[in-house]
Amino acid sequence: MKHQGRLLRMAVLAVVGLGLIAPIALGLWQTGRAAFGILPALGRDVVSLDPWRALVELPGFATSLRLTLVTGLGSTLLSLLLAVGFCAAVHARITPSSGARMLTPFLAIPHAAMAVGLAFVLAPSGWIARMIAPIAGWAHPPDIATVNDSWGLGLMIGLMVKELPFLLLVILSALSQISVARHMAAGRALGYGRGIVWIKVIMPQVWPLIRLPLWVVLAYALSVVDMAIILGPSTPPTLAVAVTRWFSDPDPAMILPASAGAILQAVIVGGAVALLIGLEALAKRFGRWWLRRGGRGLSTEPGLRLATVVVMTLMALGVLAILSLVIWSLAWRWSFPQIWPESWSPKPWARAQGGWMEALGTTLVLALATVGLSLALAIAWLEGEDRANRRRAPWAEAMIYLPLLIPQIGFLYGLNAGFLHIGLSGSLWAVIWGQVLFVFPYVMIALTDPWRALDPRMIRAAAALGAGPNRRLWAIKLPVLLRPILTSAAIGVAVSVAQYLPTLFMGAGRVVTLTTEAVTLSSGSDRRVTGVYATLQAGLPFAAYLVAFALPAVLHRNRRALSGASAT
Amino acid sequence: MSLDLDALSIRAMNGQPLFAPLSLTIPAGEVVTVMGPSGVGKSTLLDAIGGHLGHGFHFSGAVRLNGRDVTSLPAEARRIGLMFQDALLFPHMSVGDNLAFGLPCSLRGRAKRRAAVETALTQAGLEGLYDRDPATLSGGQRARAALMRTLLAEPAALLLDEPFSKLDAGLREDMRSFTFEHVRSCAIPTLLVTHDPEDAAAAGGPVIALKAGGA
Repeated sequence: MKHQGRLLRMAVLAVVGLGLIAPIALGLWQTGRAAFGILPALGRDVVSLDPWRALVELPGFATSLRLTLVTGLGSTLLSLLLAVGFCAAVHARITPSSGARMLTPFLAIPHAAMAVGLAFVLAPSGWIARMIAPIAGWAHPPDIATVNDSWGLGLMIGLMVKELPFLLLVILSALSQISVARHMAAGRALGYGRGIVWIKVIMPQVWPLIRLPLWVVLAYALSVVDMAIILGPSTPPTLAVAVTRWFSDPDPAMILPASAGAILQAVIVGGAVALLIGLEALAKRFGRWWLRRGGRGLSTEPGLRLATVVVMTLMALGVLAILSLVIWSLAWRWSFPQIWPESWSPKPWARAQGGWMEALGTTLVLALATVGLSLALAIAWLEGEDRANRRRAPWAEAMIYLPLLIPQIGFLYGLNAGFLHIGLSGSLWAVIWGQVLFVFPYVMIALTDPWRALDPRMIRAAAALGAGPNRRLWAIKLPVLLRPILTSAAIGVAVSVAQYLPTLFMGAGRVVTLTTEAVTLSSGSDRRVTGVYATLQAGLPFAAYLVAFALPAVLHRNRRALSGASAT
Repeated sequence: MSLDLDALSIRAMNGQPLFAPLSLTIPAGEVVTVMGPSGVGKSTLLDAIGGHLGHGFHFSGAVRLNGRDVTSLPAEARRIGLMFQDALLFPHMSVGDNLAFGLPCSLRGRAKRRAAVETALTQAGLEGLYDRDPATLSGGQRARAALMRTLLAEPAALLLDEPFSKLDAGLREDMRSFTFEHVRSCAIPTLLVTHDPEDAAAAGGPVIALKAGGA
């Protein structure tokens, strides 16, 4: 039995190491070589700094760099502040489960679909302008850049609409591990106001639990491409978008500065995480001094109220964005100052049918394949831990998070170069591989806590009744964990559907999904067709969550502890 | 100093009162004990007095401190100290910093604050433990540190929520006398809820039985 556990662990480690980590290392290595002038395909084999010089001299480079830093750091820090303030104001009134129900739709929507919807809402001819038009007396869309603005404000709003619900969920689940109400009572009984107890007592305990997810958010915000194409400034765009464009430049020599940009992107994320660590160390030193002073400060209420209002506004924007996707996909005539379409028609759906059916099929196949592989791997990993009776080592945890912390653009070019070598580039297999790199970590993270929360006495009881490890897995663990397994699968579907860069790079532009189509179409002028693709893109994860919710309720309808009907 | 409850009554979400309206007066330095079976709402009563009542509870009557109605004040402005079953030291601060957290900010200067905390630690038999992680203290040490943290905040009244129930039998005696000595020497009106008759006997003050339901 011990032997079997070891075999399983070795097998899982080998698959994760060779299948997920090695490709990323290889991709980074290839990209890094090109960044320093070595590109055998072009006959370059001398190490030089020329690619970096070329990068710095590329038009718009400095602006791109600034935009990346401002939008990435700004949106993440603002989201964090707002999420903390919002939780401080409302935590007593929402339970983690009701919070999760409220936030899941926001998490399920792919970035690209949300971005398209937000563009429909925020644009000068969008819903908000249409609502103001009668009051302001506009007969034409106002001449202000509200999306694709050169400041990146539209992009920041978009990022925050997606980041806030994620951070809220992470903080809420961290709070459920702390006896907040009692710490709050203890702090207030000592004369501290609500907000101050939150900052001085609750947050320091929450922080270690949300540190890693916050890094993931930061890394994502600094290197996002699809949302930045749709909502961000275009000339020049953010660095990640610029690098993506340089990689696909007709002049192959552009690969050199593009690679330098890709490595710079990775360095920026590394630097930003280091900055957060530094700030944390500073806050610890300063915080101790501050705590010892015993200041009671009673006046945080206005700040909390402001955070609540801003969070609610951003969530409302998100809801409007999702609605506008569906409405545009069904609108026929909808001229400017009208708030509702003047006539409706299913024609946009019918006209683009051939296109979206094919993209939907590819997206579905990719989602099923990546989620199936990721789930199998995650379950094998967790079962291996159980059988070896060991907790996860820190380096193993790091291995899971690694793909989420390294910017995709940093290694995808190099990885694809490697795949070209073995003749796999541009195939569906290559895209599946590329997507699993990102689907697996999320599935793994989502499944780990419920897996560990399984009552160990149940497994011991089964063993005492003579059930071997395989029977314990198939007859006890998997059925009991059906609900969290399906939820992880739904999260996996959402992640797979949302992937833009891996599909673009690994598919060499030949694999067309709802996401790549939605991003391509978003720059066009036909909102109806864009709406069709974005609606489908948003609908697929929704459907996955619906299945994850409905299936256990049906299968376990006579098992109150498992059907999800009771509070769990 | 005195703590007065005037026809205090709490109704749960379903409209049912938890217990009959409660009126009592606690003079300075006296410990009044409220006893009752578990689930009758003893802790909820303390929450109501301290201002920590959770969402969904309705509250009528008044809480007065030295004759001043504090019913509408938020918890942090009432100056009513609170002690729990488990000491609830903040896990991210050292033992000494937990005490410093209780110290009013009107006491200024690093050295002075540090000295005040060290004095309190010594009084509680915790000398030299300023920098210790609260998680490494024994149950009795934690309970004493929590009491000192509460007292350093100079409360005008004190609420004790079964503060001895999680301690070993031997420790319990020590902690009782330690707590009640401090309450008397600081002349703080104190309300103790417990289901242990020995707690009530040690407290020495009046004992009130809390009965379920309204009527």
